Amino acid sequence: MIKMKNVRMTYANSDVEALNGVDLTINDGEFVFLVGPSGSGKTTIMKLITGEIRATSGQVNVNDFDMVHIRRSKLPKMRRTLGVVFQDFRLIDNMNVYDNVAFAMRVVGARRRDIRTRVPYVLELVGLEGREKRMPNELSGGEQQRVAIARALVNNPRLIVADEPTGNLDPVRSLELMLLFEKINEMGTTILVVTHEKELVNAFSKRVITISDGHVISDGMDGYYSYEIE
Amino acid sequence: MSFASVAIIVACLVIMGSVSMIALNIDALIKDMETQNEVVAFVDEELDDAEAMAIEAAILQVPNVADAEFVNRQEAMDNFMSNYDEQLREGIDVEVFRHRYVLHLNDITKMAETKQGLENVPGVAKVNAHFDYAKAFISIRNIVSVISLILILVLVLVSIFIMTNTIKLATYGRREEIAIMKMVGAGNAFIRLPFIVEGLVLGLLGGGIAFLALWGLYELVTQKVLEVFTGSFLNVVPYTSVHVYVLGCFMAISVIVGVFGAVNAIRNYLKV
Repeated sequence: MIKMKNVRMTYANSDVEALNGVDLTINDGEFVFLVGPSGSGKTTIMKLITGEIRATSGQVNVNDFDMVHIRRSKLPKMRRTLGVVFQDFRLIDNMNVYDNVAFAMRVVGARRRDIRTRVPYVLELVGLEGREKRMPNELSGGEQQRVAIARALVNNPRLIVADEPTGNLDPVRSLELMLLFEKINEMGTTILVVTHEKELVNAFSKRVITISDGHVISDGMDGYYSYEIE
Repeated sequence: MSFASVAIIVACLVIMGSVSMIALNIDALIKDMETQNEVVAFVDEELDDAEAMAIEAAILQVPNVADAEFVNRQEAMDNFMSNYDEQLREGIDVEVFRHRYVLHLNDITKMAETKQGLENVPGVAKVNAHFDYAKAFISIRNIVSVISLILILVLVLVSIFIMTNTIKLATYGRREEIAIMKMVGAGNAFIRLPFIVEGLVLGLLGGGIAFLALWGLYELVTQKVLEVFTGSFLNVVPYTSVHVYVLGCFMAISVIVGVFGAVNAIRNYLKV
């Protein structure tokens, strides 16, 4: 669950407010698109959710963690409750598909037996069975992003946040990826997708939160990307 | 950069070790001189044999006097004669020699005060104490000790600086992996520990190589020195008599440099 109340954010090296009074709530099990033009504050919201930055004022709660006052030492525990997917995949080049996914379990101290069971299951879920030994540079963009999703999913997080996950993919692969997110959502994981791909957003009947100039300008359940200036 | 880091640690430790070994040898030389060198206190000619022997207690009361051996005129002449040819011995009368005390001191650095104290003993006419060499060596030892301490401090700081940069580069090289670790919820220790281990391993590797390099260098130099000073008073401290301490010191310094350098880099450049 994500809850933001009157969130303001000004970066240390800037006088401009990146966020000026954002209020939003995303409940467990929802599938939400966060849309808006470049510089609108989407990435700032993502960073607040993942704990990379702290809000200047207001309240930010993610999976029951107070992200404004959270101690640095508690961040790893909080991050284990969410999975993050990036536009540029961020896979480790010298690890094969299996190890890239298993890596996420190893760093949180999972048992070997659990890794051996969970990783093949997740790879099958994202449609990468039989590609375990492939290196990232031997995969297409769509496949690499599936590995990234498998990695985000492998620790069974309550929430997956994806920052422009289809930015490097063609329309067909993008649609496939969204269908995968939808499938994961149906299994109970909350999904938050940050994107500015209007066609893709409008193809799904999901909740769409639109950000502009650092605040929420629309929040609808009709799956319609209302912002016209791109 | 790892190679440079190990090389710097080796160079620093070999320099430190060399200076320390020089100081150690000078120290041993001084100790040797303390046991070999004697102070001679000549007894006033006007004192008869019994009076001359009676002042021994007063001589032993002088601070820093370790022991005193009474040598009468006859013994003094016999010792002298044994060093010269028979022709030269002719015509020398025993009265030429004085009764004397041959003394050893506890600490030759206090030689001047001891000599003064002996001269103040009633019945002592003159004190001969030839510690010029020892004094020179003491000065050199003190200078070397100061240089050694300064060098150790400077070189340890240089080593830590190089190690910090090595680990900083290592964290930079693995920044994407670290970012992923952070995102998937890796704990601080999990992210930091490999870099501390890397610093420790580099440090210990440098320390081990330096230990062996110093050993080889020391054996080479001492061999040459002994060849040059064959038959002289010079004795060198064998490396094997101190190698455990050298290894211990090198390992301790290596661990400090490695771990402290890594922790320093992590604190400044790895925000987890």
